[in-house]
Amino acid sequence: MDTMMNSPSQANAPEGKHAHLFDRSTHEKLDLSKEDIALEVRDLNLYYGDARALNNISMKIPAKRVTAFIGPSGCGKSTLLRCFNRMNDLVDSCRIEGELLLEGQNIYERGVDVAELRRRIGMVFQKPNPFPKSIYENVAYGLRLQGVKSKRVLDEVVERSLRGAALWDEVKDRLHENAFGLSGGQQQRLVIARAIAIEPEVILLDEPASALDPISTLKIEELINELKDQYTIVIVTHNMQQAARVSDYTAFMYVGDLIEYGDTDTLFTNPLKKKTEDYITGRYG
Amino acid sequence: MDKINIGQHISQQFNVELEDIRNRVMAMGGLVEQQLVAATKAMVDGNGELAEQTYNDDYKVNAMEVGIDEECSRILARRQPTASDLRLIVAVIKTITDLERIGDQAKRVARMAQRLASDDAKVGNYVELQHMADHVRHMLRDALDAFARMDVDAALEVAREDLKVDKEYEGLMRQLITFMMEDPRTITRVLDVMWAARALERVGDHARNICEYVIYFVKGKDVRHISLESMEEEVRRER
Repeated sequence: MDTMMNSPSQANAPEGKHAHLFDRSTHEKLDLSKEDIALEVRDLNLYYGDARALNNISMKIPAKRVTAFIGPSGCGKSTLLRCFNRMNDLVDSCRIEGELLLEGQNIYERGVDVAELRRRIGMVFQKPNPFPKSIYENVAYGLRLQGVKSKRVLDEVVERSLRGAALWDEVKDRLHENAFGLSGGQQQRLVIARAIAIEPEVILLDEPASALDPISTLKIEELINELKDQYTIVIVTHNMQQAARVSDYTAFMYVGDLIEYGDTDTLFTNPLKKKTEDYITGRYG
Repeated sequence: MDKINIGQHISQQFNVELEDIRNRVMAMGGLVEQQLVAATKAMVDGNGELAEQTYNDDYKVNAMEVGIDEECSRILARRQPTASDLRLIVAVIKTITDLERIGDQAKRVARMAQRLASDDAKVGNYVELQHMADHVRHMLRDALDAFARMDVDAALEVAREDLKVDKEYEGLMRQLITFMMEDPRTITRVLDVMWAARALERVGDHARNICEYVIYFVKGKDVRHISLESMEEEVRRER
């Protein structure tokens, strides 16, 4: 009786153009060991004076993917993010041990051109920080610094960058108006346009949407999704749902330690560590 | 990792909501078990009244399913649960579907009991059917226990039992076929018994499904539609 219930086509089902429908897992499973690596952190320790803020961090950031850092306030995620383009150099008491490799070269080595490093690794902050200039000049600023003068080149880059940041249609008729006239969400996208105008390899985003309303936030998230075709993106966020939505890989940090790092699907459905579980489900740690 | 630590959320309200859902699943499981017992009893005793009562009570099971489902979608929308909380909600949504189906099977048995009770000539011997009913009822109870304690080993045990029920079902079929061959006048009645047996066998399958959701909740692994051996292997394997 049981055998009668089985459909006769079952045995040869996984053939033909619908074969993929019979896979047990329909979702592409990401595997960090198979990714191209853009940045590698090796045994990184960071001190503010005597206090150690990062403990022996080692991790690989995959190229052209979105990697999110999550964790409670003070866990070191922003500190780690700022290591990637040496923003911590600006803090007097800050001392760093270990290596951070960009294409195999340690960025903390002596003789590294920090300005060039920051061109290759751009950054966007929590609060949009456009310059008190026109929209056009904000985006063209980096190129002008590099000595580009040709109006044709500048026009082209400004348009391409604003399109890339999904802002072009909203501002194309007022490119020469002051950037402060834009809404918060638009300003944040303008800052992203400014970052991509100089064609970086990596974009670091430090809480890029935390000061924005939900719709602007969604636009930024959508933008991140589009940008990852061309850029490696690392994002720090307090909003766990945001990390779950936008990232391919997620790192959970807790008081200076990297607790768990892996593909976002696994981390949010079945994390390996209890600390991670407690944090993402909102339990007492 | 602790299996169930529903009560440790920073949000007390969330604790309450999850606890409430879990209690409602257990209550629904209890009701379904009652229905199953009543339907079997009605059949074995030839009690038409009890059969009708059981048949009519199925709406309660359905109502509970709808209620729990609604609460689950509310939690999904408002809490956006992750990790074990998410797996719990998914497991609950799936478990109550199977519980509701068990309810339907009990209703089916009750209908057969009704028909057989109205028939003067009793088929008589229900020893095997009663035995099978007891067996699947235990499976259901153990599955609910495994669910309550989120106990993977207990869940595996129920999955193993299902194979035995399948064997029992086959044996019973053979016996009933013999009855029919010996005395073709009994065919109509024996067919009703066969449908009841079929329903009970399905109850075992649903109990096994519930155990698969328990394993999914605890281990985060989907062990549906694989052999018992691969299931055991999956459960043993560490990540």
